[in-house]
This record gives sequence, structure tokens and C-alpha cells, in this order.
Amino acid sequence: MTQNDPSTPDLPTGTGTGTGTDRVKRGMAEQLKGGVIMDVVTAEQARIAEDAGAVAVMALERVPADIRAQGGIARMSDPDMIESIIDAVSIPVMAKARIGHFVEAQVLQALGVDYIDESEVLTPADEAHHIVKTDFTVPFVCGATDLGEALRRIAEGAAMIRSKGEAGTGNVVEATRHMRALRRGILTLGNLDETELFVAAKELRAPHDLVVEVALTGKLPVVLFTAGGIATPADAAMMMQLGAEGVFVGSGIFKSGDPAQRAAAIVQATTFFDDPAVVAKVSRGLGEPMVGINVSTLPESERYATRGW
Amino acid sequence: MTAPVIGVLALQGDVREHLVALRAGGAEAVTVRRPAELADVDGLVVPGGESTTMAKLADRFGLLGPLRDAVRGGLPAFGSCAGMIMLADRVLDAPADQQTVGGLDVVVRRNAFGRQVDSFETEVEVEGVPGGPVHAVFIRAPWVEEVGPGVEVLGRVVGGPADGKIVAVRQGRLVATSFHPELTGDSRVHAMFVGLVRAILARDLSSDGAGVGAGSEGRVSL
Repeated sequence: MTQNDPSTPDLPTGTGTGTGTDRVKRGMAEQLKGGVIMDVVTAEQARIAEDAGAVAVMALERVPADIRAQGGIARMSDPDMIESIIDAVSIPVMAKARIGHFVEAQVLQALGVDYIDESEVLTPADEAHHIVKTDFTVPFVCGATDLGEALRRIAEGAAMIRSKGEAGTGNVVEATRHMRALRRGILTLGNLDETELFVAAKELRAPHDLVVEVALTGKLPVVLFTAGGIATPADAAMMMQLGAEGVFVGSGIFKSGDPAQRAAAIVQATTFFDDPAVVAKVSRGLGEPMVGINVSTLPESERYATRGW
Repeated sequence: MTAPVIGVLALQGDVREHLVALRAGGAEAVTVRRPAELADVDGLVVPGGESTTMAKLADRFGLLGPLRDAVRGGLPAFGSCAGMIMLADRVLDAPADQQTVGGLDVVVRRNAFGRQVDSFETEVEVEGVPGGPVHAVFIRAPWVEEVGPGVEVLGRVVGGPADGKIVAVRQGRLVATSFHPELTGDSRVHAMFVGLVRAILARDLSSDGAGVGAGSEGRVSL
């Protein structure tokens, strides 16, 4: 696994060839870095996102805010709808499968989506097992709330990780919590000795080889994005300053007053996340943000971040 | 000799990997996001990423004009994947309003190999890179469909459905690859570009730029 790792370019030349290799899957995520991936529900929204400078779009039937409002079982989107979005834009198209629903993933791969999000925003299809992602040619991104969860997903073949946050709330507090937890986990490993790393692997419930790799490199072996509750340019810039390598925005754009302008503003704030003057400039006159939900008032059953094992 | 300073366009994409590969190739590597930062570099790398995003950000932040002026004015540049698209004069399968920096007299087809499930890695022989073929990673990659008279083909895909497609080119001070040498840990392609920048710096210093094209470095015409 280490040999095919694109994030450690000082390693010797790999020998893997063909499609669906670790390097091709993880390398795809490397190309998205510094960018914004936007949830879209129609071809028209996908075009607005591409025009605003999105690096990819996430095709889904309902944005998380609507899934929350309408309730019921949230599933993979209609193939017709996904195809219409693939046809509408030239940037990569991602789509969501339910946690553990490997047949939804097979369908999405057959449709030609560029990345699958095995997502807690949809209703889980399996309460114990995630999809074995190494079985697929298409790469997967998975959510994580802490380092152990991230490494379990990577062991299953995830080629990209996003902090979960609490999708559909417009409230960045959970994304902050998860980004800080991931960062703290990585920093902690760097201070442990060889003996302690065995204990750390046990406590993290993660494979020992991945734990050692993180301890040595000081970063995840795959690209880390953030997601869940990002609604403003300043939210995006804050997540980048906390160590995210890019941003997913779900309901935050198309549930706001002026989606095209807000989308472009979040893209610019993500590139210039460390320049407050730029973030200030793009934050002006954006109109109404999405309304938002106070996460602490959400009952446990309505918290998506607790889905995934 | 002091190391040449090479900037990596850092609007979006795999900037970090290019910085690492350039340092391994003997350059001092810095990021470039603003026109003032562009003025301070001896060469430029346009990284892999999403070319539509990069072009829009360059336009919105007033960098597209300075980039075009710099490349037209002789700034050496290397582009991988999206970077190849950014350096191309003409692009197929792109949104109608997609802008590029240009400079390379080529027609590039975006996402030419297919979608992500078609992304692959293989070996490619690259002219000017010693030590055998380079391991080439193609990710939703473009290829070069047509080259103008001044463009040298450095590498082609061998075998498979895309057999013979042009995936590495050079025109004077501009180099581009469809694939991502920055993802492999092999810095030979970057070292070739750093060598090109060094040669141009030496030439420009000794002749104030007047001797372009008449070199003692063999076939390298700058």
C-alpha cells in the first residue's frame, strides 16, 4: 500500500500498471485539492457549480437539508438524473451510495461516475459492514469523525477521506470538531514510540501498518477534505486553516439566496484561505445564507455523523 | 551554481507534489498565486488539477493576463495534465468559455482517455529523460491531438486502446505532459525541466537573451 502512495513522493518508483490502482484512485483526489465539491440535484445546478469554479459536483436527489426536512429513507439517486448531470458538465461527477450498499456502488460504477461517496447522509444499508472498496475500479470517499474511523475506511479501500460534520445543518461546529479530532489524532501518533504505536492501533481500532504510516508521515495516506455544515466563505477558509485539503459544500450553496455568487465566493475563499482580505472581499453582499439548525437540539436519531462504524 | 527559483501555480491542484518533485530535481520551489509572486520566478509549473477551476480563478484574481505575458515573454513553463491544458493554444471538449494561458501550438483534447474508471498507469519513454521509461499516471487525462510545426513530440502511449497518442511535448521553453510525473516519486521529468530553466538562465545571462536557439547543449534549442 505504501508503495502506491501518491502522498509520499520521495518513495521509489512504483510498478503498478492498469486501471483502478491505489495510485490512480488516490491520485484523482490529489487533483481535487484546494477545490470545492458542490452538491447538485439538477443539470442546471451542475452547470452553475462548474461555472462558479467547482472542481467536481456531487449528484444527488435531495440535498441533506431536504433529506432532514422530508424524512424517510434516503437512497442512491435515479440513474437518469445522474446521467443528465454527467452529460451537463465536463468536471468530475461524484454520487452517493448508502453505507454498506455495495450494489448501489456497482450501479454507480457502471454509470461511469468518477467518485463514489459512501455516505452517512443516506440511510445506512448495513449496520456493521462498509463496502469493500478495494473490489472496485472507481475510487471512494468516506466520512470520518476521528483518526481511527478514517484509517478503518482507508483499510477498506477509501481513496479519500472527508470529515463528516453534520450535513444539512448549515452549522460548522461538527465539522470543526471532526477536523480537530483528526488533526489531534495525527499529531499524537507522531509523538509515540514503536511500542506505543501497537497500543495506539488497538485503541484506534485501526490497522497497525496504517497507524505507523501516519506516525511517520504526519498526515493521512489519502487526501483529507472537510464536509458537513459549511455555509459561508469564512467557514470554508476556517476548515482549510484547520488542515482540510479541500471542501465539500452540500446544502450551503443551493439553499442560499444567491447560489451562483455564493458558490464562486466559497471557491475563492478556499484558494485564498490564508488571506483574510480576500475572504472579506468575497464575503460581501452574498445575500441570505441557508437558515441552519442548532446541532445541540438535534435528537440522536437525526444525527448523521453517528452513522458508520 | 545557485538553484533556479521555480514557481508552482497554486490556485488549485496537486501543488505540494510538484514542490517536492522540483526540490528533488534541484530547484528552489515556491508557490505562485499573485502577479507579484510570478515576477520573482525563473520558471513556472502549472500543476495537475481541474483546468476549468484553475482558469476561472486565474481570471478572477487578475493572474491570467500576467501569466500570458510571462509565457509569451519567454518564462519557461511545464504543465502536467490540467497544466498541459492551461498551456495549450487550443482545447477540445471544454466548456465554450474556457480560457487558457496558451503558448504551446497544440490542440489538446480534455478527458481524452475517458472518465475516472478509465484512468490508468503505464510506462512511457520520454525523450530527453535519461534512465529508461518513466512511470506515467494518467488521471482523466488529456492527450495532444495535433501539434504545430515548432512542437517536438517527446512521448507517446504504447499499446492499449490509446496506442500512439501523444502525451509529452516540448516547444522551445514550454514542456507539457498528459500524465503526472509528480505522483510517482520519480523526479526525472522535473529534473529535465529544472535543467532547461538552468540552461536558459545561463544563456540569458551570457548573451542577454540574444542567443536564443543557438546552443552548445546539443539538440536543445531554447
